[in-house]
Amino acid sequence: MGILTQLSNSLINGNDEKVALLTRQAIDEGIPAKQILDTGLIGAMDTVGARFKAHDIFLPDVLLAAKAMYAGMDELKPLMIEAGISSIGKVVLGSVQGDLHDIGKNLVGIMLKGAGFEVIDLGNDVPPSCFVESAMEHGASVIGMSALLTTTMPAMKRVVECVQEEQVAGQIKIIVGGAPVSEDFAREIGADAYGFDAASAVDRVKSLIGDN
Amino acid sequence: MKRLLERLTEGEILVADGAMGTMLFARGLESGQCPESINLDRPVLLEEIAGLYLNAGADICETNTFGASPLKLAQYGLQDRMEEINNSAVRAVRRVVGDRAYVAGCCGPSGNILTPYGDTDPEDVYDSYIRQMEVLVRAGVDCVCIETMIDLMEAKLAVKAVKDVSPAMPVTATMTFDSTPKGFYTIMGISIEKAASGLQEAGADVVGSNCGNGIENMVEIARDFRQCTDLPIIIQSNAGLPETKGGIPVYGETPAFMADKARELLALGVSIIGGCCGTTPQHTAAIRQMVDGLAGRQRDGVNKLSHPSPQPE
Repeated sequence: MGILTQLSNSLINGNDEKVALLTRQAIDEGIPAKQILDTGLIGAMDTVGARFKAHDIFLPDVLLAAKAMYAGMDELKPLMIEAGISSIGKVVLGSVQGDLHDIGKNLVGIMLKGAGFEVIDLGNDVPPSCFVESAMEHGASVIGMSALLTTTMPAMKRVVECVQEEQVAGQIKIIVGGAPVSEDFAREIGADAYGFDAASAVDRVKSLIGDN
Repeated sequence: MKRLLERLTEGEILVADGAMGTMLFARGLESGQCPESINLDRPVLLEEIAGLYLNAGADICETNTFGASPLKLAQYGLQDRMEEINNSAVRAVRRVVGDRAYVAGCCGPSGNILTPYGDTDPEDVYDSYIRQMEVLVRAGVDCVCIETMIDLMEAKLAVKAVKDVSPAMPVTATMTFDSTPKGFYTIMGISIEKAASGLQEAGADVVGSNCGNGIENMVEIARDFRQCTDLPIIIQSNAGLPETKGGIPVYGETPAFMADKARELLALGVSIIGGCCGTTPQHTAAIRQMVDGLAGRQRDGVNKLSHPSPQPE
């Protein structure tokens, strides 16, 4: 079994120590950082995402795989900076005003990072203007918002309005998700996309970035 | 007042109250505000809500302490007021219901993910629950409802905390399940079978599910629980899943619809029926009426429970 296949398997099994070790070994063997990242780490997170989507595995498995992914990324980071490898896109992420549920949002962040995005996580209880300011400041092309309480869903609409007021609609795309959120709701408030679950949120963000 | 578990053992069906959160939001709780801060600022609202549910026929009225564990309150910087917050909630419900209903200390998740998946030490979660339970028990709750759990380890720690503080205190423990093509699982991957055995092992007296589903899924969940446990079962359904109308979330299941479907819960031998998000005192009243109606028919020798009439699709 090749070292990158071993690396992938270790990541899927959530073995962070082994992922760090194998990443170092792969670097020592002279495999380019980009190849280790794409084939070894991101490829494995794609598999984890697909299995999660198919309900073959659950959140704990994804959390452990993500921890392993970060362990590998830590080894790769200096090389990636050196080689000038940038992320495939920047996403500002947060739970909307007054919402302290963040499992869903964290999961989306984990999967986005796993797919090679740079994620700016604003945390919980993020005011509408903060999403937009942060996206403009970081040059992010996507804002992702999560709500788990129905009562906080209207705050999502205010972020859409904020993007329109700042006249960055089109440059900054908006994706919404969370248990009470639906495709219809996303359309109703003028968001660009709806993520049914974390795995499909990643797919939608990819296509939003592709639209630019 | 007769002891709660005794009544369940004798086969009595108890009605638990409905939603707290959506009732508080309807009374001016601001989004972003800690729901339990009401206990400090406006306990009169808690009395009003308890009164509405009591009059609707609830046998069990819950305290507004879902997020009143020190760990959870810390997310709002209110951990130092944990005792006051829990005390005030219990007293408000007791003032209204006296001994006409059981005062149930409500307790939800810490909001943290436990190691090894997250960063929170299970010991810290257990300590946090112990501290909340000491206050709830001292304040005189009749039982404790551990609710909306998705992680079995955390749910077990909460149940254990109640029993360690007060071994004879009745505990109901409910988890929130998602419907997947492979059956019902919590977001952390806990099946109903695992939930039933794990919660029982931790010492829960009543097990079941709350939140996350409307009454139709809850009937399926109750059916699965029935196959996995001999313990009494509690079901607290949402009034459906929220739909948005003009940006405002609306829960669609009417009291009549919910009560009608809840007949099937009784046929499955569910012991406590209550409501969760979106339910109102009208839902509680409809469930009360249905339960009393069936009990009446049973007394008259017509056992509808073993032959539920087919429901129109």
